Amino acid sequence: MADKNIVLMQGNEACVEGAIVAGMRFYAGYPITPSTEIAEVSAAKLPKVGGKFIQMEDEIASISAVIGASLTGQKAMTATSGPGFSLKQEGIGYAIIAEVPCVIVNVQRGGPSTGLPTSPAQGDIMQARWGTHGEHSIIALYPSTVKEVFDMTIRAFNLSEKYRTPVILLMDEVVGHMREKIELPDPEDIEIYNRKKPSCDPGEYLAYKVKDQDIVPEMASIGEGYRYHVTGLVHDEFGFPSNDGNVAEKLITRLVEKIENNIDDIVECEEYKLDDAEEAIIAYGSTARSVKTAIDTLREKGRKIGLLRPITIWPSPKKQIESLAKRVKRIVVVEMNLGQYYLEVDRIAGKFTNVIKLNRVNGELISPRDIISFIEEG
Amino acid sequence: MVSQLIDKYFRTERLPHIWCPGCGNGIVLRSIVKAIDNLGLNKDDVCVVSGIGCSSRASGYLDFNTVHTTHGRALAFATGIKFSNPKLHVIVITGDGDCSAIGGNHLIHAARRNIDITTIVFNNNIYGMTGGQYSPTTPTGDRGTTAPYGNIDYNFDLCQLAKASGATYVSRSTVYAANMIIKQVEEGIKNKGFSFIETLTICPTYYGRKNKKGDAVDMMNYLKDATVNISLYERLPEEDKAGKIPIGEIYRTTRPEYTEKYEEITKLF
Repeated sequence: MADKNIVLMQGNEACVEGAIVAGMRFYAGYPITPSTEIAEVSAAKLPKVGGKFIQMEDEIASISAVIGASLTGQKAMTATSGPGFSLKQEGIGYAIIAEVPCVIVNVQRGGPSTGLPTSPAQGDIMQARWGTHGEHSIIALYPSTVKEVFDMTIRAFNLSEKYRTPVILLMDEVVGHMREKIELPDPEDIEIYNRKKPSCDPGEYLAYKVKDQDIVPEMASIGEGYRYHVTGLVHDEFGFPSNDGNVAEKLITRLVEKIENNIDDIVECEEYKLDDAEEAIIAYGSTARSVKTAIDTLREKGRKIGLLRPITIWPSPKKQIESLAKRVKRIVVVEMNLGQYYLEVDRIAGKFTNVIKLNRVNGELISPRDIISFIEEG
Repeated sequence: MVSQLIDKYFRTERLPHIWCPGCGNGIVLRSIVKAIDNLGLNKDDVCVVSGIGCSSRASGYLDFNTVHTTHGRALAFATGIKFSNPKLHVIVITGDGDCSAIGGNHLIHAARRNIDITTIVFNNNIYGMTGGQYSPTTPTGDRGTTAPYGNIDYNFDLCQLAKASGATYVSRSTVYAANMIIKQVEEGIKNKGFSFIETLTICPTYYGRKNKKGDAVDMMNYLKDATVNISLYERLPEEDKAGKIPIGEIYRTTRPEYTEKYEEITKLF
């Protein structure tokens, strides 16, 4: 049996390690705190595995180059923070409508605007969901430990390839910069998903036609002989622009349904001490780690309390939240913003139970003590 | 001959195109295709990337790998495509607004990197698709719907911009001199580096009408009269250069190409 591969690693570094294991061979980015190490580590590692790194002139250029690379068949990623995430939204919308797999990492910082560049915040929850214009669905994952950053980056690529859609990986500044001891799995034990490619004659290839029961079309790479058209306009099954209302309705509905109808496959949650819980906390990312410590203390004091931690934050774990809401007397949503995910939880759980919130936007973590006081006081 | 080019390189089921009567874009597009035909490129190895605007609709009509991107970003998408698969011949079709206003940053940096992309700008001096607003190449004093009292901006010399930014092949031609476009696109594709080809085209519908330039024939005649071959232009006395636009090969140099430079890094490991 091989020795365990145990390393001390930073969250941002783990993101690149996971990405390379997932098959990332193209990275385009622009320097921005607190995500810059993802670009730096990619620049060092990619040429060693035959991949490509490019520092583009801005954030929009970076996501655009990533989409271009993905169209040639490469798995591609970009990473950014705060203001850069705002600029990525243009490209995210293009990748959604043109169905181009790619991964966008957002190591969050305080906002709006330049905000608090080096402090943790969870203010981009709704921007991850609705940042780009127009009707759409999105997949966003939210790791809370360095090990989970590694795992979720791989999962982000897998989901992106499987559903031909951009996947957002949201990280907290503290998770990106924290160093933790992690055990890297044997690459052979890791499941990797690659986009489905056409096997038909190029003359018969319809780039955006779905087959039978499948809701995701097969994707040819540029240069393989399947010449087709890619556009950000509403398009027909050939990929050509269309102003036909029926074509638009069919396309937009399919793009949303390919995610919303596969929630059970996409959603991942952690339940912590919920079996006998009479009250529950919902939290994600680094905040959930404070919550776990608080729960341990509160349980020692006799309170039956537990945590539901969405790891897939979008689409939201509706079934799990609803089921929880039906069996607890209240849900507390703890997050480093003024109640963004609270809105989603209250929408799902509000008719079954009391939903309240604990928030902070001063650039400091919410501590276990803060959570314990809040729970005990009310 | 023209119809043979259409059958061979156009997605005929996508025609007719959306361009207005008298528009010069068709001449540029035919010239690009003729250049590709002259070079004998395999259609599967050609990727045409365009931005947003009238000219950028051209990609959809062509039977190559075609990508119609977001406004101004064609060169950024193209950089990802070329860098990821350097075997492809990547050709960018863009307009004056697309490449020098919203996409100006991408233009100067693609040129600076000298990445092997051939960029063809359809310069009609106006935003046509949105109905005639002034662009960075609308001459000072001319009118657009957003310059109802005359444009007070100083207009770009796109070729000088590309040259200063690091392009290794820079040329200008006009839709009156279609054979020159063909030759320049051939040279641009053959150049191992960033090639910038400005084609002066005409928009009788918006730029022409707004500025009383006459009909398409009048505008073609203007292009004929206002342009001078660069070799001749350089010998003109300064006072005779006013109002004249040099055409031909503006600049050419040799510098290492971006994807090849990166390949050298990859070989270190």
